[in-house]
Amino acid sequence: MIAGIAFRELRSMFLSPLAWSVLAVTQLIIAWSFFSQIDFFFTLQPQLATMPSAPGVTDLVVMPTFEIASIILLMVTPLLTMRLLSEEKRNGTIALLLSSPISMTEIVLGKFIGIVMFMLIFIAMISLMPLSLMVGTELDMGKFAAGIFALALLLSAFASAGLYMSSLTENPVVAAISTFGLLLLLWIISNNAGESSGALTQLSLLGHFSPMLRGLIDTADIAYFTLFIATFLILTIRQMDSQRLQG
Amino acid sequence: MSSQALISVNNLTRYYGDNCAVNDISFELAAGDILGFLGPNGAGKSTTMQMLSGNLAPSRGEILINGIDLLDRPGAAKSALGYLPEVPPLYREMNVDEYLRYCAKLRRISKAGIGDAMELAKLRCGLTAVGKRLIGNLSKGFQQRVGIAQAILHSPQIIILDEPTVGLDPIQIREIRELITELGESHGIILSTHILPEVESVCNRVQIINAGKLVYASDMKDLLEQHATGRFEISLGNPPGVDELRATDLIDSVEQLDANSFIVHITSTADRLAAVAVNNNWELRKLVAHEHSLEHIFVNLTLGDEEIV
Repeated sequence: MIAGIAFRELRSMFLSPLAWSVLAVTQLIIAWSFFSQIDFFFTLQPQLATMPSAPGVTDLVVMPTFEIASIILLMVTPLLTMRLLSEEKRNGTIALLLSSPISMTEIVLGKFIGIVMFMLIFIAMISLMPLSLMVGTELDMGKFAAGIFALALLLSAFASAGLYMSSLTENPVVAAISTFGLLLLLWIISNNAGESSGALTQLSLLGHFSPMLRGLIDTADIAYFTLFIATFLILTIRQMDSQRLQG
Repeated sequence: MSSQALISVNNLTRYYGDNCAVNDISFELAAGDILGFLGPNGAGKSTTMQMLSGNLAPSRGEILINGIDLLDRPGAAKSALGYLPEVPPLYREMNVDEYLRYCAKLRRISKAGIGDAMELAKLRCGLTAVGKRLIGNLSKGFQQRVGIAQAILHSPQIIILDEPTVGLDPIQIREIRELITELGESHGIILSTHILPEVESVCNRVQIINAGKLVYASDMKDLLEQHATGRFEISLGNPPGVDELRATDLIDSVEQLDANSFIVHITSTADRLAAVAVNNNWELRKLVAHEHSLEHIFVNLTLGDEEIV
């Protein structure tokens, strides 16, 4: 049942121009930055050759590409998640879900998995660019895998926050703006603290994302993202249930 | 509470903030019933329907579907329900087949049964020809039919239809009414509307709700019997005096409209009145039911309240 909802969600994204335009635009921008990273790598190459343990192409090209992808998705995710629940409420299609013999948890999980599947397609597409480098050089596959894993966790976290914001309102634009605000705040929150050990840094998405991008997979970071996602999913379920009470 | 009641609603109450939309209503629906749920706009019809379908939680009271409490075991209770809300819950970007297949999955129809269920629902709702069309491109009438198809897809024992004929042309309205009558033979149906003739032509039970309260409930049969012994307007070529009319056994009360026309309230059926008129040589020219009794009841019950407000 969860799969049914998830696949319908994914399909409906691709039936509207939204998914296609998001994929096209992000792909274009990321490709451009990937290209300039390679260019940068070439200019550095003579110096790198003289260094004893120089950073490789994975550090200098692949990881910066993933970093840019994460920032672009910070801006784009709200557009993808804004209509998840708000549009169902606005169009009255939520009545179909609510009168069917399925629980609110199944509805919310279905929606979440649908958007996560889209995110995975996106990650697969941008992973193709670094993989094309394998024609001419070697990638550090360990770091590459860590980067993909980090991106998947981060985008799932974005999606869960967006889903929650979408459950709060019937207006998709309001959902998008509040999602963007929340994500941006959680992204930059560490910069204010300065020190990397502050409590605020512990809350920061960036603070838990960038170590993984350097190839450092820490249980604490994985736990952070898992808790982040679980919290927003539970909040969404509770929110939807309480709307049934308040109407 | 009889064991065969499909729905039994007890003391259902719903508040929106301080505003009481549905106030302590109780009723039952048995198999084979087509229950017409009447009321002016804002009386609480849709709120009640939303509660019955699990879209809204009641503030107080209980809803038993097939004896299963909708609040305690929503999954089990909802599988016996088909619901068409006021606005059909359609995904405009899907085509009819995709949409119905999705609904079938939501209703947990087994994989093997999905094809048959879809064919039957499409056949019943006249959708066979438009299976591949996008729902967003269909006319309002067809969209409404897709909405009904969605509600009957899993052959639920109970079908809840909230204003199913709104926005349809007269021919479509007739088709939908025929469909409802047909469905009523095998399902229990609750139908909300504010179109009185619809209830008269389709339903076998009627309930009127006003300002959140259930103010009238009756079998259509009883209502029609009242109708047959109700108020008539008669026009006579050779009228007797009012006193003479009143003196007739059959006639309870008389109201004179003009020299030849009267409104009479009779205790028997219209054919007896006609016979009396012929026997007394009153030259009966016109004999019509003065008011539709349902409309009469409806207006009395709902308008009286508004005047107080």
